[in-house]
Amino acid sequence: MDKFTELTGIAAPLPLANVDTDKIIPARFLKTIKRTGLGVHLFDTLRFDAEGAERPEFVLNQHPYRRAEILIAHENFGCGSSREHAPWALLDFGIRCVIAPDFADIFHNNCFKNGILPIRLPREVCDQLMEDARLGENARITIDLERQVVLRPNGEEIAFEVDPFRRHMLINGLDDIGQTLQSGPSIDAYEHKRSTEHDWLPTINGV
Amino acid sequence: MTSAKPRTLFDKIWDSHVVERLPDGTCVLYIDRHLVHEVTSPQAFEGLRMAGRKVRRTDATIAVADHNIPTTDRRAGIAEEESRIQVETLERNVAEFGVPYIPVLDARQGIVHIIGPELGISLPGMTIVCGDSHTSTHGAMGALAFGIGTSEVEHVLATQTLLQKPAKNMLIRVDGTLGFGCTAKDVALAIIGRIGTAGGTGHVIEYAGEVIRALDMAGRMTVCNMSIEAGARAGLIAPDAKTFEYVNGRPYAPAGDAFERAVAHWSTLPSDEGAQYDTTVVLHADEIAPMVTWGTNPEAVLPITGTVPDPDSVLDVEKHAAMQRMLDYMGLKPGQKLQDLPVDVVFIGSCTNGRIEDIRAAAKVVKGRHVASGVRAMVVPGSGLVKQQAEQEGLDRVLIEAGFEWREAGCSMCLGMNPDKIGPGQRCASTSNRNFEGRQGPGGRTHLLSPAMAAAAAVTGRLADVRELV
Repeated sequence: MDKFTELTGIAAPLPLANVDTDKIIPARFLKTIKRTGLGVHLFDTLRFDAEGAERPEFVLNQHPYRRAEILIAHENFGCGSSREHAPWALLDFGIRCVIAPDFADIFHNNCFKNGILPIRLPREVCDQLMEDARLGENARITIDLERQVVLRPNGEEIAFEVDPFRRHMLINGLDDIGQTLQSGPSIDAYEHKRSTEHDWLPTINGV
Repeated sequence: MTSAKPRTLFDKIWDSHVVERLPDGTCVLYIDRHLVHEVTSPQAFEGLRMAGRKVRRTDATIAVADHNIPTTDRRAGIAEEESRIQVETLERNVAEFGVPYIPVLDARQGIVHIIGPELGISLPGMTIVCGDSHTSTHGAMGALAFGIGTSEVEHVLATQTLLQKPAKNMLIRVDGTLGFGCTAKDVALAIIGRIGTAGGTGHVIEYAGEVIRALDMAGRMTVCNMSIEAGARAGLIAPDAKTFEYVNGRPYAPAGDAFERAVAHWSTLPSDEGAQYDTTVVLHADEIAPMVTWGTNPEAVLPITGTVPDPDSVLDVEKHAAMQRMLDYMGLKPGQKLQDLPVDVVFIGSCTNGRIEDIRAAAKVVKGRHVASGVRAMVVPGSGLVKQQAEQEGLDRVLIEAGFEWREAGCSMCLGMNPDKIGPGQRCASTSNRNFEGRQGPGGRTHLLSPAMAAAAAVTGRLADVRELV
């Protein structure tokens, strides 16, 4: 996974609440066995009409937001399905940070596993950033994960909270599995204790 | 003398599965059961392969294809290439990694959340995960069950654990006795209507109260299934005599003496007297009527006797715009009676309402009637075993004679990954769980409701109050 330390880029304003994962990527595009290549289907029905032509009114079809690396949205971003295809599609498009008042839990979790930083900020702060984002190229936003601040184009710094463990993993580009495998002996011990204390626990031995 | 702090059902299951607590409070949480399907697992197995890792507990893992398989005769294979590749990839992966797999043509094949409880794979007190948000269904067993992304699927395959922080506790108590014509689905929709689609974010919901206790296991699964639509990580219900009776005798459940010891343990799981919840919500059965959604998320829900709301009644500019967008998408006008809305398609099935009890409820309404002209109606049993049971009871004949299509098991029209889709602008009465834009097919319009209400819609050709038909 790519490290995430600092990011400066164009932020796209997406002033919608309850952006569900079906909206981020509809189910018909989940028939892939790869993680890559999903960016072309990101926000498919918002971005394209039934004939596949771009909808010019959608922000990611407009200059300079085609190159957006940050997305600013409203409440409950990423609700619905657990599909990791949603962060994969965002990442493949080039988005590495989403800022919103709050996120659905599974989506929030899935972002961190893919080097995308989801930032929760109060609604009024998101509204300010939404205004900044509307200035497009003239208003780049910087995310400094090490210092845990968002830098507005006017130089103002906005502090944000992030889970220390998740921050550590992102900054160092670490993979969770490698981390957990260091707990191998504890897992062995747990399994032994559990199968002794609850000897009735069945296993699935074939079908 | 010290007394331990009273704990909730969630606290007890969580505590007993913590392998290690990292300094910042993140826990290595042990996972008892991992259910795998074809859509969210290919990249996880590929990750294992690239890193030279194995599946740690093949005897705690089970795989089945459900999301994009056709629900017509499957002996000829899967016509659609991408779907076929995904199922073949699952078959190759389970063979390579030694994971137990229920083949597509096996009678036990079905939607992963139907077959877990049905086969006795999902048991009280367990931690259960699957790369699907509706894993919350298994919480009805008194288990902690939640959906995970593909990276976490890989993590569980490799380590049988997850890195997690504990969720907050929410209690939803539903008091009273459900009125005539009201079902578990109406309870679930009424709850989401009350707390909203993000009302449960960061929480695990424990459902309690007279109404929940009175539900059968199928109804409890329906309620827990919809927890994710309220934004909750999981939903669970304390195991009781009904739970134990349900589990007893199922193929993968403990048997004989082991079952007795299991019940002794499971009986210690319900929340302690005085246990604290971060949030408590109380509903009364009197507030619950047969419900139907009118918008494009599940909190946009009203009793069937209601009318389409008016955006002009909402002062907030954004909420006004969001409501207008929903009405435009759904092709609705303020003030229209929900009962007057004609439907094109009726779908009865899914992990929410694809169990035998759901099919019985639909057949009861349909018996002696016929699907209205111009309406396409289908029943997709949640599993091959549900289908067999329904056929033994003659429910298939009731439905087929009434003009329903009687299908093979799978996720089907809930998300339209297989050929079962609704067309642009078509209106569908659906027993599934999501009414998002395009969920059942691009441009399709979904109204969520109970199986009995879906049956009523099928025979009348419009959204109808089932209480007037039975």
